[in-house]
Amino acid sequence: MIIRGLIKKGVYFDSVSLMRVARELNDLDGVIDSSVVMGTSENKAILGAVGLNLPHFEGSTETDVLIGIKARNETAAESALQHVEQLFNDLLKKKDANKDAGAYDLEDALTRLPGANLSLISIAGRYAAGEAMKALKKGLHVMIFSDNVGIEEEAELKTYAHSQRLLMMGPDCGTAILNGIPLGFANAVIPGDIGIVAASGTGLQEVSSVISNNGGGISQAIGTGGRDIKEAIGGIMFLDALQALREDDNTRVIVLISKPPHPSVQLKIAAAIRNFSKPVICILLGGDPEIMKEAGAISVKNLEEAGLMAVAVSKGGNPEGIGSQLAARSFEIQRTADQLSLQCKGKYVRGLFSGGTLCDEAQLLLKHMIGDVYSNVPLNPEFKLADMWKSRKNSIIDLGEDEFTVGRPHPMIDYTLRNKRILEEASDHETAIILLDVVLGFGSHPDPASELVPVIMKARETRPEILFIASVTGTEKDPQNRKVIIQKLENARVIVMPSNVAAAELCGQIILRLSQIIQK
Amino acid sequence: MSINDIFKQPIKVVNTGLASFQTNLETAGAESIQVNWRPPAEVSKESILLMEQFRERTDRANAEAMRIILSGKPVLIGMGKALDYIPGMRGDLILHSGSPVTWDRMCGPTRGAIMGALIYEGLAGSIEEAEVLAASGKISFAPCHEHASVGPMAGIISASMPVFIIQNETYGNLAYCTLNEGLGKVLRYGAFSPEVIEKLKWMEQVMYPILKTAIEKLGKIDLRNIISQALHMGDEVHNRNRAATSLFYRIITPAIVETCENKPDAIKVLNFINGNDHFFLNLSMPASKACLDAARDIPWSSIAVVMARNGTDFGVQLAGTGDQWFTGKSPVPDALFFPGYTKEDANPDIGDSAITETLGLGGFAIAAAPAIAQFVGGTAQDAVRYTLDMYQITAAENPLFQIPSLNFRGAPAGIDIRKVIEKNITPFIDTGVAHKNPGVGQVGAGVLSAPIEPFRKAYEGLAKTMKAG
Repeated sequence: MIIRGLIKKGVYFDSVSLMRVARELNDLDGVIDSSVVMGTSENKAILGAVGLNLPHFEGSTETDVLIGIKARNETAAESALQHVEQLFNDLLKKKDANKDAGAYDLEDALTRLPGANLSLISIAGRYAAGEAMKALKKGLHVMIFSDNVGIEEEAELKTYAHSQRLLMMGPDCGTAILNGIPLGFANAVIPGDIGIVAASGTGLQEVSSVISNNGGGISQAIGTGGRDIKEAIGGIMFLDALQALREDDNTRVIVLISKPPHPSVQLKIAAAIRNFSKPVICILLGGDPEIMKEAGAISVKNLEEAGLMAVAVSKGGNPEGIGSQLAARSFEIQRTADQLSLQCKGKYVRGLFSGGTLCDEAQLLLKHMIGDVYSNVPLNPEFKLADMWKSRKNSIIDLGEDEFTVGRPHPMIDYTLRNKRILEEASDHETAIILLDVVLGFGSHPDPASELVPVIMKARETRPEILFIASVTGTEKDPQNRKVIIQKLENARVIVMPSNVAAAELCGQIILRLSQIIQK
Repeated sequence: MSINDIFKQPIKVVNTGLASFQTNLETAGAESIQVNWRPPAEVSKESILLMEQFRERTDRANAEAMRIILSGKPVLIGMGKALDYIPGMRGDLILHSGSPVTWDRMCGPTRGAIMGALIYEGLAGSIEEAEVLAASGKISFAPCHEHASVGPMAGIISASMPVFIIQNETYGNLAYCTLNEGLGKVLRYGAFSPEVIEKLKWMEQVMYPILKTAIEKLGKIDLRNIISQALHMGDEVHNRNRAATSLFYRIITPAIVETCENKPDAIKVLNFINGNDHFFLNLSMPASKACLDAARDIPWSSIAVVMARNGTDFGVQLAGTGDQWFTGKSPVPDALFFPGYTKEDANPDIGDSAITETLGLGGFAIAAAPAIAQFVGGTAQDAVRYTLDMYQITAAENPLFQIPSLNFRGAPAGIDIRKVIEKNITPFIDTGVAHKNPGVGQVGAGVLSAPIEPFRKAYEGLAKTMKAG
């Protein structure tokens, strides 16, 4: 094995562009690993951790690109280094083509786009808060897509935004839809009268898609970032967004989505919706629904139910009907499970998720059916996987967690890691089911089926009986088209369920039956 | 202002980060603009806070500095021997370009030029002797900039060299610069062979008296006016001085003809000027120096009054930090090399000529001189872009120095080092390239972006003075 490195001085590229370069390098013959990063001290530490920090990187700065390549031999390393030049030339050409259209900075942007009212920030987290504060001071609403922003900075930004009556969505806000415009990772939904406030990115995507796919429509969907409902932030934006939707004439029904808020924040939210003029549907994944119910909210158990309930209320339909509709489907799922469990070998379900909230929701549901499951982000700390790269019994993994995404694009964009993991899980003879979420929309992979189908075929070569169960979050208007993706997956004999929770429920029912068979 | 307001407006997005988000916005029909964001240069958190705290005070100081710089009026008032005019000049003192540097750290061209100057002054009989003498400690070295002077490339000034005397008429301060020797084997590129010394002697003995008398006859020559016109004629007066030299030639020729009785010498002098496109460089530099020196010692100001390279270090001085130098390693320029030479032969960037950029000429005004962009295979559009970039880091525009291709917009003037750090854009400089070994001379010409290091140090250095109050 051989390690080679290269510095490109005085250029700056965003991390996604560089990760694409690294990915192309990794695909080359004889390349074991590579890393392409800007020369910040953090990145150098990362290089050090993977054994790619070379002595001559010393003294490089944050405007130098550092390229480290681990290859099988000298020839492979040399040809990879030559390929680097080509890849960077391509990048530079692209950058130059963009340059004429781009602004130097916020001030320049504001002179060139007068009346700009929203700043969407997706630069490295350590710089995001500074840029956000500049935008707030210029009177712009802000959405920070980036993560790795300190919670003190988040509190400062939100306190200031609150005082100026501005939206401060995020940090780590993956999704929002304002006036029908998708921001970040969002789905193309039908416009309508349902407003959403969510401290959960994929939760918002799942609910807004369910609404849109079931004949409802979205007025506004506001993401707050997952930490907004923690004590340190106190729900500042969650409450402000709720208030804004309350005053919005085009919003008639409101859906609130979050993981369990801090008790003090939950009390504030409950106080805010008491005597509310509009119906509020509330989903606190794993939280106590009673306080919200008592405050007048319609509490539901999962994201799909939240979406269906919102549509029913919006259409003046019968909310009670949703319960019986879902009960009927549960019965159907049990019958399907009866059949599938007979053809099945192995014992366990292995969930490989790209959406954090979807992963939580699956764990929650399975917990009630088959008990706690193992995870890198378990509900019960005792079920934390000792090695996140290796599943155990029933395991549900969130591949979008930071530990998996350092130096790599998010699994909704880049399927490499999940594909690899699918093959690993399939080669384990205890695996009966592989459970997947497929998240569509702006920002996500342009054709997830083209990634998953070949891998699923390959997995079946050795394990023909393995079950693939999936749900597809998105709409027919999404660039990928949900209908088309579902068709492609079903053609590959993937069992595609109408929602994440339905997919998890089917898994739970099958696992229950498998364990009964084993017991008998 | 309320959150609800945005529900009633079309969403217009400033997208900072992933360009794909902007593509999505376009697809969805929202107006948007991409910010070509780059991380700010890394400086201490403490200095950032101080700069922020005293932002308005610095803004006021900078406004004062720019008022002084832009109202400067440099005129050529005469000539004299360095020893007689340059403040602090001595027989055993040699001035060089850039920030202070000791003999052991000096680059090849500077060493070569110093050895040549010692022979020229008659202090050494041979190159070997000159080298021993230079290293002996008997000769003192100091930056031109610390003696109201500037010099291109190695920038060597010794006692008996004739110098132009430039006065800033508005503020009275003076600046000095030697005569330009032309291209080929010349002292400023570190060449020291007998023909180099011979030419210097001719310049001192023949050319200098003729020029001096002609200038006396004219009284003074308005350099600001020449520079203004030259920018309209394709010069940026750093790497291209063809128009400015021609304009100077039009002014000086009648006076030489009128005052010089030795016709063959007059012809030789006129042909020398006419044959050297860079003749005016040694006037545009001290003209810039005279304007900028008037703005020294304005506390709190973050405007650069000097950028200069000694071939080893790149040095910066600020209006707000007195005589302090902030230095970093000088980079090798991106260049087109003369046949037979490559980047391997190039010395790191060298010379006081970046004083033109400090005033907002040279690389800052390169949009006025698209021919220069060709030095690195660039296009006229590249030249415009370089100048547009420089507006991002400057405090003002110079209404007297206009860029025709930008609809006669004033050239970007006054480098605000806060902007350099915050935007992480460093000054753009066009330059000649010297061979790294003494005695060889020029090997190419090109462009470079200044290194960030001296600006980082200057930023933190200015912050320190703020902390002290």
